[in-house]
Amino acid sequence: MTTSAYLEDVKAATSRDGEPRWLRDLRARGAAHFAKVGFPTTRDEDWKYTSAAPIAELDVRAMQEPGGEVTAEQLAPWTFGENGWTTLVFVNGRYDAELSSGADLDAGVHVRPLGEAREEMPDVVEGMLGSICTVEQSAFVALNAALHTDGAVIHLAPGAYASKPIHLLFVSDALSAKGASHPRILIAAEPNSKATVIESYVALGEATYLTNSVTEISLADGATIEHYKIQRESPRSYHVATIDARQGRDSHFVSFSFAIGAALSRTNVWTVLGGEGCGATLNGLYMADGEQHVDHQTRIEHQKENCYSREVYRGVLDDTAHGVFNGKVYVHPEAQKTDGKQENHTLLLSPRAVIDTKPQLEIFADDVKCTHGATVGRIDATSLFYMKSRGIGAVRARQLLTYAFAADVLEQIELEPLRTSLEELTLARFTRDDR
Amino acid sequence: MLEIKDLRATVSDKEILKGITLNVNPGEVHAVMGPNGSGKSTLAQVLAGHPAYTVTGGSVRYDGEDLLEMAPEVRAQKGVFLAFQYPVEIPGVSNAYFLRTAYNEIRKARGEEEVDPMDFLEVMEQKLKVVEMSDAMLNRSVNTGFSGGEKKRNEILQMAVLEPKLAILDETDSGLDIDALRVVANGVNALRRPDRSTIVVTHYQRLLNYIVPDYVHVLAAGRIVKSGGKELALELEAKGYDWVTGATGAAA
Repeated sequence: MTTSAYLEDVKAATSRDGEPRWLRDLRARGAAHFAKVGFPTTRDEDWKYTSAAPIAELDVRAMQEPGGEVTAEQLAPWTFGENGWTTLVFVNGRYDAELSSGADLDAGVHVRPLGEAREEMPDVVEGMLGSICTVEQSAFVALNAALHTDGAVIHLAPGAYASKPIHLLFVSDALSAKGASHPRILIAAEPNSKATVIESYVALGEATYLTNSVTEISLADGATIEHYKIQRESPRSYHVATIDARQGRDSHFVSFSFAIGAALSRTNVWTVLGGEGCGATLNGLYMADGEQHVDHQTRIEHQKENCYSREVYRGVLDDTAHGVFNGKVYVHPEAQKTDGKQENHTLLLSPRAVIDTKPQLEIFADDVKCTHGATVGRIDATSLFYMKSRGIGAVRARQLLTYAFAADVLEQIELEPLRTSLEELTLARFTRDDR
Repeated sequence: MLEIKDLRATVSDKEILKGITLNVNPGEVHAVMGPNGSGKSTLAQVLAGHPAYTVTGGSVRYDGEDLLEMAPEVRAQKGVFLAFQYPVEIPGVSNAYFLRTAYNEIRKARGEEEVDPMDFLEVMEQKLKVVEMSDAMLNRSVNTGFSGGEKKRNEILQMAVLEPKLAILDETDSGLDIDALRVVANGVNALRRPDRSTIVVTHYQRLLNYIVPDYVHVLAAGRIVKSGGKELALELEAKGYDWVTGATGAAA
């Protein structure tokens, strides 16, 4: 493709007026990298099982004007039934102050839309945006760097403790059709601070659009961030997300990726355990049917001694859905006493559903404990018989076992209202009467 | 209530049951004993409809109907219950949800109204006492991480809730200490009624001290080689299985 809407956008991005120099530099670097590498192809090792061609062919412009007619009532199903959480709402990629709620609830906890953050905490934003997830990481990250217009910044001062979760809710409605949004999120946790952040991507309607988000998370020494990503995009949409964390000494990063939406989705979760005594927990649940394609790529880099990582991804695939899981664990020579454990389990409900699962351990230290395991299976016949022997009919027994398979990883979610909500959602998905 | 006639069954083309004939009348407790590999567990599984076994001959009538024609869930809905030798772990489904689903599916099949979670909790409270279990067990995933004794108690709890007409206990006593054995036996005895029957499959006599059978049958190499009253169990305990299985060898 010689010219495209993406490239036109990228060219225009570097000549925006009124933006600070560092931001124009970031856009220029992103634009240059994207122009150089273009979209990945399946010859690219990281994109072997997921074709980005449908996204390239979609050829959509970044949405420039705020749009959408979303009401607070319409958001109710997506808020986990909780009031009192700080919630920033973005409609078709743009911050909506009317729909958002909750100010700074706790001392030292600052939650701002990106535009305001650039004004109010320029040092944090300038110093960190694009420094964790650099444009060279991938074409999608570069595209986001060049084109991002909105997003959120969460800054936690040293020792700050967010007593309630912070919800970033990205809603796409019918007006998002044939548009792209590139949300940009920065979470900067200073030493010994703690927060729980939920990033939701939801749709009202079934528009075709592209979401390409980048979330950078900095965890200073002793900081804890629980990050939940809930992907419930429109069934005709395309979703690419990159979450990139850097961990200081004794920090803890907990990530959960819940993915059920989009025609094609790709979620990257990367973290670098850059200090001693850190822990990373990366869990996820993907459920797809019809012709959906859902891809997760995780990368855990152990740089220092005495760190642990735990990873459990589960998937349920029906019809001709295609799942991909690639879990990289890289242990540097000095990362002795690393304790790593990775699991990926996929349940195939249809003979035509496909999973490509690839654990990838690269270990260069000699005193470590690293295990991985992947299973792909169908409903267990013994469990099925056990349920039937209690009077539960075949259809219902299958539904319950499918739910149970998925719910096993949901039990890991510490945030109770979210866990309950996702359990209900999952149960409803597999106990619909028409199935 | 249950008429088994010349029942034959195979697993992976190997014949395990080689012609079993057994009648169980309402209110009776039958013990089926035998050495390892005699086919006693297979008999229990075949009656519950385990798909791994193929019935190759004979018939089983239950309340006048052809039991072998029924799907496993239909058997359960009509009152057949198998307490598993190895209860299955189902991570992700709570005991309470599992039991309520089973309870309601059976009620639905019988044309009765389903009970809501609150009413069901009341049913559970009573049944938990029977098996001396705490209600904390209800919120745990079915059998997941349970000790051997907890799993067996959980089987009896399910039985107490579902109130079967024909309960089949497949080596429920194996792996139990004496306290757990007593609890399990009490649970079974609490269910005894003139219209309900029980088949106790066991290797050892000790469970039969607590659940006193009306009849004892000894299985060897897929056939019933000896039947008698409760005293037969004691005799077996004293003399060992060779006493009867040896006799089979001579007869064959």
